Amino acid sequence: MVKQGRKVKNTGIDRVFMFAVYALLLTFLAVVLLPLIYILSSSFSSPNAVSSGRVWLWPVDFTIRGYEVVLSDPQILGGFANSLFYTVVGALVSVTLTIAIAYPLSRKGFYGRGFITSIIVYTMLFAGGIIPTYLVVQSLGLLDTRWAMILPQAIGVWQVIIARAYLRNSIPDSLYEAAELDGAGDLRILWSVVLPLAKPMIAVIALMYAIMQWNSYFDALLYLKTDDLYPLQLVLRNILVLNSPGNGMDAAAGIERRHLADLLKYSLIVVSTAPVLLIYPFVARHFTKGALIGAVKG
Amino acid sequence: MVANRGKPGLRRSLRRHWQLYLLIVLPLAYFVVFKYVPMTNSVIAFKDYNVVDGIWGSPWAGLQHFTAFFSNPVFWTLVRNTLLLSVYFLLAGFPIPIILALALNEIRQGFFKRTVQLVTYAPYFISTVVIVSMTILILSPRIGLVDQGFGFFGLDAPDFLGNADYFRHIYVWSDIWQTAGYSAVIYMAALAGIDPSLYEAARVDGATRLQKIINVDIPGIMPTAVIILILGAGNIMAIGFEKAYLLQNPLNLGQSEIIATYVYKTGLLNADFSQAAAVGLFNSVINLVLLLGVNVISKRVSGSGLW
Repeated sequence: MVKQGRKVKNTGIDRVFMFAVYALLLTFLAVVLLPLIYILSSSFSSPNAVSSGRVWLWPVDFTIRGYEVVLSDPQILGGFANSLFYTVVGALVSVTLTIAIAYPLSRKGFYGRGFITSIIVYTMLFAGGIIPTYLVVQSLGLLDTRWAMILPQAIGVWQVIIARAYLRNSIPDSLYEAAELDGAGDLRILWSVVLPLAKPMIAVIALMYAIMQWNSYFDALLYLKTDDLYPLQLVLRNILVLNSPGNGMDAAAGIERRHLADLLKYSLIVVSTAPVLLIYPFVARHFTKGALIGAVKG
Repeated sequence: MVANRGKPGLRRSLRRHWQLYLLIVLPLAYFVVFKYVPMTNSVIAFKDYNVVDGIWGSPWAGLQHFTAFFSNPVFWTLVRNTLLLSVYFLLAGFPIPIILALALNEIRQGFFKRTVQLVTYAPYFISTVVIVSMTILILSPRIGLVDQGFGFFGLDAPDFLGNADYFRHIYVWSDIWQTAGYSAVIYMAALAGIDPSLYEAARVDGATRLQKIINVDIPGIMPTAVIILILGAGNIMAIGFEKAYLLQNPLNLGQSEIIATYVYKTGLLNADFSQAAAVGLFNSVINLVLLLGVNVISKRVSGSGLW
């Protein structure tokens, strides 16, 4: 009897508690969504409405003027093409190198894997720093070349750890033994046995590298001088943060031009972020898995 | 048959697995060239680097660059700005993902839960440049969303971007906005790993949901939380260059100039490589010491550490 009484009381408390939980989650949802919606609706509003602060959560005087200007600006389009190049080539190089180190490190017969692993992990704890790394890039003659965007950050320690853990856990020793009995060398085994089995992991680390590359601006700021090589993020920084207008805006004049410059920022944010956010829901699950393998095994 | 000797010897491993060694040459070269050579390049912190003589040929300068930095009036401002920003960052950013994960864990699988997760996770994929631009646009006077919000209640919004006092809040809270959903995922996984018999026991004891959270959930995610806190503390001096640099403007430099941005400006904009390398090295060493120190303390106190 006593027990039942307590239970009834608890469900009452629990109901209040659950109400609080839902209220809290709705707050989280709203806080994250509002700025995104605001940016999106501003990007579809008239320059005038944006500049006078009349846009809130719904486009005012609907127009796609901002997108027309953004998508016809040669500087922005060039940045887009460059970023695409860096992302694709960068991800290819990074994945290849990551597999090339993670595969040997995952093999039991590979002498020295403990030592090599600790050498790699140590670079997470202590880094040479901006200037000493810059001097290396300079001495290799990579300054102001496309390679400067790809090579210095080619391998991520985190991704090596994830790849190694995956290979170790998902490929049984018996498979290696069987392949060796068939007379296959280690490279042959990698190509015909390991890679086909590792496809999900390869997809995850490729996406991680690709998104990192797409979003990065720091290496470009350090190593690139020529405008033609700039990735989208650096072009964005010049227009959005430093407020130096793109070429396309020269056409507009005076107040009209300033208003258009304001509007353009919103359209630019949408154009540059949309590719990533559109593929994100499809890869989020794998991303989480990848992060968790790393978190557990690291 | 010499097989089954426990650990494989180098010779035998080389003979049997030469292809693996061939494969690993290139990635190892990467780590040597782009990670270890920079470490040895740090020697320029103790030299007067000039382009003609190169890194090893330049004359030694002893600790001159370090003493110059320590006696520079800007030194204490930089250390103070860096420390305040990162400690604030660490403390404010720590509980929020945990709260989000605990709340998500309470509701059942379904559309709402998936939506909240998907939406809160999304900003993690937005670039720093875009996050900073959004922050500036939203906070900008007259037209920004926040200004309109204040206006709705008939209030004047403070000048967020022009007043240095707001810099840290903007930095930290925009970061929480961006990463809370991502960080919550790790706690969600820890919650999923809690032994179901503990919940069973709590139910039999007639615990309320809140009591269950306090007595089962929170102890269950403690080890994960400790590791995340250690990693954060170890990164205290390494607080991101990227975002601070983008958020800087002439009006907030008094609080937004941190060691990393100072290194960039001295080294690459003023071409004083040795001085900048000295400041960078000082930062890295402090960081390493902090990480090792926090790890030791955490092992003593809670029994869990990084290694």
